[in-house]
Amino acid sequence: MIPSAFAYERASSIREAIELLRASGGEGKLIAGGHSLLPMMKLRLTSPDTLIDIAGVEGLRAVRVTGDRLTVGALLTHDQIMTNPLVREKLPILAETASQIGDLQVRNRGTIGGNLAHADPASDLPAVALALDANLQVVSVEGSETYAAEDFFLGPLITALPENSMLTGVSFAIPPAHTRGVYEKFAHPASGYAVVGVAAVIGVNQGQVNYIRVAITGAGDVPYRAHDVENTLLGRPLTPATISDAAKLAAEDGVMADDLFASAQYRAHLCSVYVKKALLRASRIE
Amino acid sequence: MSGVFGSKVKRKEDPRLITGQGTYTDDVKLPNLAHAAILRSPYAHAVIKRVDVSKALEHPSVLAVFTGKDIVQKIGPIPTAWLPPDSDIKTTAHYALAIDKVRYVGDGVAMVVADDLYAAKDALELITVEYEVLPAVVNQEAAMGKMAPVVHEDAPNNVAFHWQAGDATDEMFANAPVHVSHRFVQQRLIPNAMEPRSSVAQYNASTGSLTMWLTSQNPHIHRLLLSGILGLPEHHIRILAIDVGGGFGSKIACYPDEALVGFAAMELGVPVKWTEERRENFLVTTHGRDMILDVEVAGEADGTLTAIRVHNIANMGAYLSTAGPGVPTILFGLIVPGAYRFAHAKVDVYGVFTNTTPTDAYRGAGRPEATYVLERIVDLFALELGMDPVEVRRKNLIGADEFPYHTALGLEYDSGNYQQSLDKALGMVKYEEFRQEQEELRSQGRYIGIGCTTYVEICGLGPSQVAGAVGFQGGLWESSTVRVHPTGKVTVFTGASPHGQGEETTFAQIVGDRLGIPIDDVEIVHGDTDRIAMGWGTYGSRTTPVGGNALAIAVDRVIEKARKIAAHMLEASEAEVEFQNGIFYISGHESGTVRQVTFQEVVLQAYLAWNLPAGVEPGLEGHSFYDPVNFVYPFGSHFCMVEVDRETGEIAILRYVAVDDCGRVINPMIAEGQVHGGIAQGIGQALWEGAVYDDRGQLLTGTFMDYAMPKAHFFPEFETAFTETPAPQNLLGVKGIGETGTIASTPAVVNAVIDALRPFGVRDLDMPLTPEKVWQAMQKGSVSA
Repeated sequence: MIPSAFAYERASSIREAIELLRASGGEGKLIAGGHSLLPMMKLRLTSPDTLIDIAGVEGLRAVRVTGDRLTVGALLTHDQIMTNPLVREKLPILAETASQIGDLQVRNRGTIGGNLAHADPASDLPAVALALDANLQVVSVEGSETYAAEDFFLGPLITALPENSMLTGVSFAIPPAHTRGVYEKFAHPASGYAVVGVAAVIGVNQGQVNYIRVAITGAGDVPYRAHDVENTLLGRPLTPATISDAAKLAAEDGVMADDLFASAQYRAHLCSVYVKKALLRASRIE
Repeated sequence: MSGVFGSKVKRKEDPRLITGQGTYTDDVKLPNLAHAAILRSPYAHAVIKRVDVSKALEHPSVLAVFTGKDIVQKIGPIPTAWLPPDSDIKTTAHYALAIDKVRYVGDGVAMVVADDLYAAKDALELITVEYEVLPAVVNQEAAMGKMAPVVHEDAPNNVAFHWQAGDATDEMFANAPVHVSHRFVQQRLIPNAMEPRSSVAQYNASTGSLTMWLTSQNPHIHRLLLSGILGLPEHHIRILAIDVGGGFGSKIACYPDEALVGFAAMELGVPVKWTEERRENFLVTTHGRDMILDVEVAGEADGTLTAIRVHNIANMGAYLSTAGPGVPTILFGLIVPGAYRFAHAKVDVYGVFTNTTPTDAYRGAGRPEATYVLERIVDLFALELGMDPVEVRRKNLIGADEFPYHTALGLEYDSGNYQQSLDKALGMVKYEEFRQEQEELRSQGRYIGIGCTTYVEICGLGPSQVAGAVGFQGGLWESSTVRVHPTGKVTVFTGASPHGQGEETTFAQIVGDRLGIPIDDVEIVHGDTDRIAMGWGTYGSRTTPVGGNALAIAVDRVIEKARKIAAHMLEASEAEVEFQNGIFYISGHESGTVRQVTFQEVVLQAYLAWNLPAGVEPGLEGHSFYDPVNFVYPFGSHFCMVEVDRETGEIAILRYVAVDDCGRVINPMIAEGQVHGGIAQGIGQALWEGAVYDDRGQLLTGTFMDYAMPKAHFFPEFETAFTETPAPQNLLGVKGIGETGTIASTPAVVNAVIDALRPFGVRDLDMPLTPEKVWQAMQKGSVSA
């Protein structure tokens, strides 16, 4: 498990990181926690010429609340996110999701930026990014850009990140105070990754659902918003029956993967079961 | 110290191991150490057209590159050391590197030796191999088909051997009042020891001797086999297996890479190290299980079982591994009747070549497979009769008064009290209450189930005469030397080769108990062929029943000689001298009176030799080469209770209760630890683990991302207990405990799940019982009240 030879560079600023990326002529990779990239390099599934270490870049570890959005720096580790008081107060669903990533060692090293930029289709965070209308902040030679989460994940390990760019932070919408968000995952027994992971945020006003976000990861090549589920519940009362009805549509907006552990049919079924589970818990009907 | 036998002494080896002070093979560092890497076939079946190593040789750090053609004249093939008798076994030549053809993904094609590990790995990418890819066959039943690709030209139909035993006839089943048959599949498993395999070799050209550090469960067997392969006399090879991080059977075999490392060190004149990558461990270290089993039982309407027969098609992989052929035949076949009074039995085994990793022993080796099919078919038999599975077992278990019991397949079970074990387990389980709760929950749409195993195991391998009769190419006795030093400290040299089982502690307890000295005064040396006369190693739960008894006999020989000296010192006759708690004293006097002498005082006199009795030589050592008269037969009753999630098919283990009997228990904590580990691995097979190849022979479960090793949080707290029925045929009264957990737990769990699924009419499911499989079964089944 030894990677091919590579050059190692350390960037001290975003600008320098991007400059180094450009200088590598497309053969460089940014590394932060390294918990997605290094295993692939050790299996020689990828062999970048240059690793550009961004761990020393200043200013990418902040958690800020601006208006109705909370922004986290790309270099925050999963552990830092799950234990951050501001995150726990404003976005408990994000803390909950981070706490379910990998194991202690992975959470101590892996970063939110690296996780989202890697775009593993079974990763937990993309679901919560979709459910919280996340905006991914990207800096490139051209300047700064923002991508909505729904436009960011294009395929397995494929994102909208342009060449020679860097994900610097993520801003999440803080859902209205009357809502509640949860993350429910059916973990693969080998990897702990999501076979199906559901992030759901729901709020009821005057007996009717007036706020709902349901996003699913793991089920297919890309995480997706379960719009059919959302639309079915919006404006209706929240009961076990309405939840159950809506949850049946959980797979409608996705393309189910089919593998050794779970067939497409079973995954679709799991999507329904886990959407129901998540919505019941979020509605405190348990 | 007396009382130390049977007490929960903490493991002496642990401070060393948990503080990183152990010496595992990869820890061995030598001056000028070169590193090897092996280029492995990416194809399951292909002709090697051309191998071009020229670019690799140009790499500045590369010392040498070897291909099959380079070594074939210099070192011999890798032998198979278990040849079941009357089986027409085809031991096709297995060279350390493939010459004309590769036969599984991972088959070695070339070895690079470089002065740096990174360079060795990089140089692999500089070797060009031209392959002509052939169709592959991975399923053993398919491999027996007429049109199947042929793995070895000299084994047409891919049949490596065909072995039979027993007397049950077709009529016994055809005419039986009750007749149940079923096909069970034992999936392929990957042993996954925590420490990957590794070899380091150092050749001394001036003495012509080779020292090898190996991840071995049996260093003397490795020495014997490597002597033959490398053409070096046995006394010029030293094998060291100092600390070995688990084996589970996968470090029994002599592997091609081990021979290559020894060869390279001799050829190049520098020490060479090779350590397997985890990915290589998945691909080339032997796998376990993988059998297709057609099972039938015959019985009476009252639940009496009369005959059993099993037709086993075993997947041997691409080559016959060292002990591979013994697993589906002898180790599987002979225990098929289990703990029940079957009057007749028959076993029919085909060992088949396929384009997959070779299979060999994996914790339990044959006995888990036999116990699985037996305990599953007994449940199906009970279902057929509408009887409770516990009642069927109780009716058929061999009675405590029937031992020694002669089985339909010629074994003599030494001792047992199966009913007592079952009763104890039932008491812990609260069986009737569970059944009641099950009924209540079913009416609420919740599905819980209970399953059990009442097993007997054959272990403590074994009498050498039997080893010879069943084709094992070696003896199965064990040696021990007990060297008492002048100060009374003791070094034990054992031919057993523990690799995690805790014998540095339990063996010290045996010595401490007999000599009346603290266990810290006893050091256990294992895993060194230069320091230990001879031995057959650790597998088949033999270390304590065979190695431990060899040790006890050697200790008693020390006492025998010391008694002579003590008698002389006490001016008494030998017959008058008693020995207890480390003190020799005269009969009739209490210990503590003046007429006594301590063990240490006697030892000192033995070495000073100023005044020894006539005919007694100086020094104090005991030796034993102990060959057991029989196997030992641990037994027990395991119960598992599960709940199946109706919506997802997920299985939650509610409780796991294990009652085991391994004779006298030397260290309850260690015995319990062995049971815990075994249960975890056995449940791993039932619920999560399974190696899967695609039809081109690619291993789809080649990393821990896909191959589901159980984790601690998957389990409830295991509830374990022991009954102690002393083994009647050995001095210590001990049986083995290392494999009982894997033998008992797999069928207990599956029986529990199938029991939970009874309302859905599910009769059986193939392991592992993944959530989808269980869910699909519930979808297909119709819920009956």
